[in-house]
Amino acid sequence: MDKNIILSIKNLDITFRTNAGNIHAIRGVDLNLPKGKTVALVGESGSGKSVTMKSAVGLLDSNSIINSGKILYRTSEEKIIDLLSLTKKELRQNINGKNIAMVFQDPMTSLDPTMQIGEQIMEGMFIHKKISKSEAREKTLELLKLVGIVDAENRMKNYPHQLSGGMRQRIVIAIALSCEPKILICDEPTTALDVTIQAKILNLIQDIQNKMDLSVIYITHDLGVVAKVADYVNVMYAGKIIETGTVDEIFFDPRHPYTWGLLSAMPDLETDDDRLYSIPGSPPNLLHEPKGDAFAARNKFAMKIDEKKEPPMFQITETHFAATWLLHPDAPKIELPKELKLRLERAGKAAKI
Amino acid sequence: MNEPLLKVENLHQHFEISRNFKIKAVNGVSFEIYPGETYGLVGESGSGKTTIGRSIIRLYDPTEGQIYFNYKKISGNLSHKTQRMLRKNMQMIFQDPMSSLNPRKKIGDIIGEGLDIHGLYSNLKERNKIIGDILQKVGLSPAHAQRYPHQFSGGQRQRVGIARALVMNPKLIIADECISALDVSIQAQVVNLMKDIQDDTQCAYLFIAHDLSMVKYISDRIGVLHKGYLVETGTTKEIFSNPLHPYTKSLLSAVPLPNPRIEKNRQLINYNLETDYQNCILSKITETHFVLN
Repeated sequence: MDKNIILSIKNLDITFRTNAGNIHAIRGVDLNLPKGKTVALVGESGSGKSVTMKSAVGLLDSNSIINSGKILYRTSEEKIIDLLSLTKKELRQNINGKNIAMVFQDPMTSLDPTMQIGEQIMEGMFIHKKISKSEAREKTLELLKLVGIVDAENRMKNYPHQLSGGMRQRIVIAIALSCEPKILICDEPTTALDVTIQAKILNLIQDIQNKMDLSVIYITHDLGVVAKVADYVNVMYAGKIIETGTVDEIFFDPRHPYTWGLLSAMPDLETDDDRLYSIPGSPPNLLHEPKGDAFAARNKFAMKIDEKKEPPMFQITETHFAATWLLHPDAPKIELPKELKLRLERAGKAAKI
Repeated sequence: MNEPLLKVENLHQHFEISRNFKIKAVNGVSFEIYPGETYGLVGESGSGKTTIGRSIIRLYDPTEGQIYFNYKKISGNLSHKTQRMLRKNMQMIFQDPMSSLNPRKKIGDIIGEGLDIHGLYSNLKERNKIIGDILQKVGLSPAHAQRYPHQFSGGQRQRVGIARALVMNPKLIIADECISALDVSIQAQVVNLMKDIQDDTQCAYLFIAHDLSMVKYISDRIGVLHKGYLVETGTTKEIFSNPLHPYTKSLLSAVPLPNPRIEKNRQLINYNLETDYQNCILSKITETHFVLN
């Protein structure tokens, strides 16, 4: 493991047992989180992005089987531990909250409705740190100010239902930060919020990241959010990472047809084509694992080999990899879809100004 | 321009929570929708966009104001005849395709319910044909009529929701956040489908959403709502190239753009939420562009 990498997922493979049969949800995921950076995990619902990160904090459902893989975490004492080898109890005592904290999607359901928010923020501190009540209180006030809540003193006594959605999400972030974690995992932190509030929460997380030297993993399906916050992007499809690179590489030089589809399916404010490009079909059902490339059925550039053999990761630059046979030296040269070409040109032009 | 299909005048919708607490969800909103056009309503949550949609289709009784649809007044007490006309010609697509379909009914019966009530077929064969045709139109197969909602994915269910609205051949469809629960790649499919259907049937849409980039893509005209007031309305071009109200500007500045170089240096325009619109009037900028100030 590289010196600057704080969390590294290696060849993770997870199956869920259900009544309908075994669902092979994660099919070999590799992911690196450099210290102090932001990594985004992008994909449609059901692509396995949440499951991947939940496995790191031991929140997987009980019907899951981890077939293989390692999740290596570098502690502040430079020790490397495999999180998958720990029991749930050990994870709870030593890792969750203290080292890795998570912010969930829905601020409406992730807070306890019967507890004052001040208590909820202090709860973790009492468990993880030897701290007196007055110290915890002071720390809580500090945290509430950090996440931009005015009149913190009075707000501490409020219950979640007295706060708006944006405020609740700020509280959830304050709880996540209460034990000074090294890694923050944000699972669609703004999907349930309005655009204006979303922009504020994203700015807030970025601010805190700079102040506290956090490493952040974003799980999202919104490419706009990714463009705003991420340093590195991983695109997931059907339980696999199919393209990974720096944010500029993914947005200005995407190589996988699925990434092309995702980019062109989202209208920017300059789109004025008559039709929006859409990826045909829907994601595969992992109950019946597809043979070959999982994206082949929706891919108009699919070749014969796509139906037989899964493509390996092809390297494009030092940081940019994509799993598509189109990058094989023997593959035919193909023309980018017209809409996408225009879009990339426009994005490139806009970026220069 | 020809006569408007829907005319909303000074609509107020208040909810009485208790004797001394009233929520004023919509305050004096007026707009028009012409046949075959798409009117987008945008605003943050709690701004009253869904309430307006529901007041128009008369799921709520408007507190004040008039609504005209197809030259008939549809606010106030409805006669049985107007009600039937309204239910047939105005349809709604709901936000959450998971909860808006009855899990105990087959798709065919969900879509056919309106047909049954209004007696729009003469025999069972005709009914099945209508349902089969409409399923085909939204990109499903007629055989799907025999299935239950849980057998479909989110995108497919939303197609069923659209089919249910379309089967009555409505003049106006109210689409209440109909794509926000769907994945990006599926969103594009559904929006394209809605556009195709509009080209085909010339129906009008009231498209309610908070995703400005999608609204821009589908709408002809846009109304921006804030705290129950229509703060700005105009053609899509006017709103996006020349936003005048500070709230519209702040909303536009918050839309995430899929371009990292721009997005990283973008400044959010803050807007003071405490503004009171009570004494503001809608002033005219151009023939189609109005701003509240």
